[in-house]
Formats: sequence, C-alpha cells, structure tokens
Amino acid sequence: MRNTLAIAANETRRIFVSPLAWAVLGVTQLIFGYIFAGAVVQYVRNSDMADQAVGVSDYVGSGLYGSATIILLLILPLMTMRLFSEERKSGTLTLLFSAPVTLVEIVLGKFLGVMVFVLAIIGLLALMPASLLPVVNLDLGRLAAGLLGLLLLTMAFASCGLFISSLTREPTIAAVGSFAALLVIWLLKMPASFDSPFAPVFDYLSLISHYQDLISGLFDSSDVVYYLLFTALFLWLTVLRLDMERN
Amino acid sequence: MASDNILIEARGLTRRFGPNVAVADLSLKLAQGEILGLLGPNGAGKSTTMKMLTGNLAPTEGEVFIKGQSLRDDAVLAKQQLGYLPEQPPVYPELTVDEYLRYCAGLHGIASKARAAAVDSAKRDCGLSDVGRRVIGNLSKGFQQRVGLAQAIIHRPPVVVLDEPTVGLDPIQIREIRTLIRELGRVHSVILSSHILPEIQAVCGRVMIVNRGRLVYDAAIDAHLGNPKLIVGFARAPGSNELAEMQGVLSAETLDDRRFRLSLDPAHDPRDAIVALAVQRGWGLQELRLEAKTLEEIFVELTSGDVQPLMRNAA
Repeated sequence: MRNTLAIAANETRRIFVSPLAWAVLGVTQLIFGYIFAGAVVQYVRNSDMADQAVGVSDYVGSGLYGSATIILLLILPLMTMRLFSEERKSGTLTLLFSAPVTLVEIVLGKFLGVMVFVLAIIGLLALMPASLLPVVNLDLGRLAAGLLGLLLLTMAFASCGLFISSLTREPTIAAVGSFAALLVIWLLKMPASFDSPFAPVFDYLSLISHYQDLISGLFDSSDVVYYLLFTALFLWLTVLRLDMERN
Repeated sequence: MASDNILIEARGLTRRFGPNVAVADLSLKLAQGEILGLLGPNGAGKSTTMKMLTGNLAPTEGEVFIKGQSLRDDAVLAKQQLGYLPEQPPVYPELTVDEYLRYCAGLHGIASKARAAAVDSAKRDCGLSDVGRRVIGNLSKGFQQRVGLAQAIIHRPPVVVLDEPTVGLDPIQIREIRTLIRELGRVHSVILSSHILPEIQAVCGRVMIVNRGRLVYDAAIDAHLGNPKLIVGFARAPGSNELAEMQGVLSAETLDDRRFRLSLDPAHDPRDAIVALAVQRGWGLQELRLEAKTLEEIFVELTSGDVQPLMRNAA
C-alpha cells in the first residue's frame, strides 16, 4: 500500500511538472467553459420552458457532462500513453523492476497517479454547474450521478490506456492504440441497435451505454459494476503483461 | 577470502532468447567485502547476467539467492538487499535530484523520517551535494550517471550491482567513483562490469570473464600476476641447465638459441645473481625482463577465437 502511494505520488508529480498536463488542462477547460456557457445561454433564451419539460440541472449538467465524455475519450490516451512506454524507452522501468515492490503495486500506483490528474479535470467540471448554485435550485443528486459516471468512465479509459502503454515502447503508438481500442468498445453501441440476438450483449459491452443511465440520474449498480470490472480487467492484463516482460 | 558470509549467489543461470543462448550455466558466489569485476566483449552476456541477478529478467534455468533469499520465491524480500545501476541510468529527466532520490528512498522502503538523511548521505557520497535542486535533465551525462549511482546505494544495500558505472565520466570523476566503489566494497558486495581493463584491475578483488554467455575465467585479481616469468637473452648463451641450477630459478625453457624463459621462485629474486654470473662468465647479457601476464593478455587469449573454456579457481 505504501509503495503504491509512493509510486502514485511520483507519477502525479511527473504529470504535473510536464507541460502536457497543463496544456491539456487549459485546453479542456476552455472547451468545457465554452460548452457550459453555451448551454446556460440557450437555457436562458428558452426560459419560458424552464422547469417544465427539462430542468436546468438536466440541460446544463447533462449537456456538459455528455460532451465531456467525448473530450475525455480524446485526451485520456494522451495522458496514459507515457505511463509505461516512455519508462521502457528511457530505461527507467528498471528502477521499478529492481525495487522491492510488486507488479500489482506498480500498476496500481501508476493508475492512481493518472487518476489524480483526471480528478482535477472532474473537479473543475463539478465546479461549473456549481457556480449556478447561488441563483438556481440544482438537482444535486442528478449532477452527482453524472460526475460519478464520469469518474467511472475515466477509470475505464485510464486502465485501458495503461494496458496499451505497457505493450509498446513508443508513446505515440500507445496513444493511437488506446484511442482506437476505446473508440471501438464505445462504438459497440452501433451493432447493439441492429436487430440481432446479440444486440443486448453489444449494448452491455459498450462503454457508453452504461453512462447514459448515470447521466440521467439513474444509479444502477450493474452500471457501476460494469466499469469496475472493466477497470480491474485491464489493470490485471497490465500486470500479466509486465510479468511476461521479465520472462 | 571470507566464504562464510555469502551475500549473493547464482546457481546455473541460463537465459535463452528463442534459439539464442545469451547466458549458459553461469554460477557465482560473492562474499561480503568482495568486489567482483565482470568482463567480456560486447554481447558476451554481461548485462543479461546482471539483469538476472537483479530480478529484471527471469532466468530460463537456475536461481539467484540474495542473502540466502531466493529471488524467485520472494522477490520483494530479496530485492530489498539489492542496489542496481543499469547501463542507462534510470533517472526521470523532469525531476530534480532531490525529488528523484527521495522517491527512490521511499521505493526502497526507507521510513519517511530517515529519508532526508539517506538522500543527503547518498548525495555526499556521489558528489551531488551542490546539484540537489537542479533538474536531472539539465545535468551533464556524468552527473546523471552519479545520480543513477546514488539511487543504487541510497538504501545501503548489502549487494550493489553496477553495469558500466564509469561510462561518460571525466577522468577525475572516474577516480572519485572508483574510490567510492572501493569504499562500498568494504562493507557491501559489489559486482561491476566494465570494458576498461585497468579499471577492473584497480578496483576489483576478483575478476570473471564471460565469453559467448559462458564463464571462461574466474580468479582473484592478483592470481595471474603472482607468478611472473623472466625472459633472459645472451650474446653467448650458456646451457639451460646452468641457468636452471641457480637459486630462485625453478626451471628454464629454451626459446631460441640465445633466449630463455625462466620460472621463478617468488621467495628468491635471481635477477641480481644472473647479472653477476653473466658478467663473471662472459655470457654477454642482452635482455632481462619480467614477463607478467596482464589481465589484457588473458582477456584477449580467452575471448578471441575458439578457445576451450578454461576454468581457473584461485579462490
């Protein structure tokens, strides 16, 4: 546990001293702010419909968090690409392999390290609708479900990116690879709409279908379990991959 | 040589990469206070051996024990006793020296209270005290190498494995690092690899030569220098029996009609007597020199061409 935290702390430090992290934070913040402001303006323009069909939490919150998933899908591969591939390329992986730590601790540490960065993004996303609190009644439960969904979704993104990063020594290949893998799993939603006996399977496997419940304020434990299993699976695959590397 | 306190032991290490055998049946034992030099041409399997000794690479066959603890059975416990500097120093260029060393100290299980002291002493030992706040990526290659070395010794491990520790250093730094390795060797066991033969000769107590994955030589460093031969040449050569009868000469071997190679008794140096006798009997002394086999000669002899593996155990 202590080793995991030490590795995580170091990972977070290295992420936050890199210009990439700040560039990503700045750019995403700009985009999120643009979407948020746009949603607020549109809601105000249609204020005659306000609080009848669609509430402000729904319109602003869900609109923002819904588009956030796509942006996070784009940026998380960039944040996870370096985790193992760069360490392998620069030879620093040896430091971890020769230290008295287990592979599970290494993988969990790296995962937690990158999740701290993701939490910063999610925290900023939480603050945007919260800025409306003094003037509007917000459905906090609904927003919380959306944020929880974002957290679970990014955990899945990060674990998949971590695994792909452990496969290669080129960070760019890791980024392209994890983006492709995530997009394909996401787009399983497509065959799910066809009329076939496997449609429910595809629907269950798709990354995004479980998010739709959460974003509409519906907390279903099976959705939570899906993301946790997804994350655990890829973290476990990463441990196996690193073990293979020594053999 | 003390054999009671074995700190690292490898038994029958073999590593195959597909059909290629990188290291074959390599065994070694290292006691506390020993410095072992690992020599070999490029691609001989030095780095592979070191990776196996430090748990970075699983051996195909064989096992490594560190302080009696099997690296395979309980890697974490065994690795606590180990410091490793790989060929490429494993440093994060974006961190400062202090940040990096603090992290390494934590990684090796040094309690947070003792961490600052450990970082300070490692920096002092490696001459890094003035650059603690600098970013590693901005330091020169030599300094990065020192940071790598500081990382390997920060937890004062009983076994230190150094893969070419003086690469990229200037002559003064090389001397400092050698002094440091010698100091480390008093209390720890050190294994180091190098291409530089004088370096091995200056630092190590024992030397192993690896060629094509096999151990071809294993001896104490002074073993091969211990029994020098004497080459003598005369204008009017005496019979070889005349030389062999002299005190201090064990045997005389005729090289050509004027030159001989004499095996010497280390207790009596016959050189003075040979000169006196040559003058007295009018042999016309032309040549008189010690022929010591240097490490370099042994190295070249063992690693060039197809030489049958020659094992010598002087321990």
